[in-house]
Amino acid sequence: MNLRRDVFQALADPTRRAILLLVASQSMTAGAIASNFDTARPTVSKHLQILTECELLEQEQTGREMYYHINAKKMKEVSDFIEPFRTMWEDRFNKLEAVMKKNKK
Amino acid sequence: MEQKTKINAEDGKQELLITREFDLPVELLFKAHTEPEIVEQWMGTKVLKLESKKHGSYQFETTDAQGNKHGFNGVIHEFSPNRKITRTFEMENTPFGVQLEFYEFERLTDDTSKLTMHVLFESVAQRDQVLQLPFAQGINMAHNRLQEIVRKLK
Repeated sequence: MNLRRDVFQALADPTRRAILLLVASQSMTAGAIASNFDTARPTVSKHLQILTECELLEQEQTGREMYYHINAKKMKEVSDFIEPFRTMWEDRFNKLEAVMKKNKK
Repeated sequence: MEQKTKINAEDGKQELLITREFDLPVELLFKAHTEPEIVEQWMGTKVLKLESKKHGSYQFETTDAQGNKHGFNGVIHEFSPNRKITRTFEMENTPFGVQLEFYEFERLTDDTSKLTMHVLFESVAQRDQVLQLPFAQGINMAHNRLQEIVRKLK
């Protein structure tokens, strides 16, 4: 399923993981989130868009402001997946293959 | 990139199966698991001790980004060159218990081979915790980075 891969692509980025952690405790506006990072504002907006598209973040309109909050249900779903564990072994085995190919005489 | 490594972990079972095919003769695949200098390179760990023989034991040590040392150890029960290794595996100072691991090495062609890792845990809960470790570490890493960023702001 395409959606799953998108979720893990979204989580692969350290800034996006930091954003999730930031909004885990309280809903925040894009501006408030961006003020926590050295990154340019449009870059943070792009990260927010990606996180919203894969449903890790949800948007909520309060008056004139748009607030972002974490989608706990989605996070739970993701944390139950074994994909990060699989990726860890995939990386190790890719390294193993590369090391042994170099050693081959 | 194509996903070559497959993990099979059925719900409610205290075991998991990891399989992977390699573009390597089975002799080289086996060697990668028995020589300390080679294990260090692909496992990303320091090998303090690795006695690749029946009744031998091993000790690994990794250092994380914060400088904390994590120890791993186990005992080798069966050692059949180019065919099979049976061993225990334990992460020291964690609640994850001891795992029993069966590594089967299989020749496919002269230049390709297959590894099947069958891992048994003491309980379903322990297996599920170990499966979720890399995800938890990812979140921790993000957390540490966030702390750094916040510290810089002060």
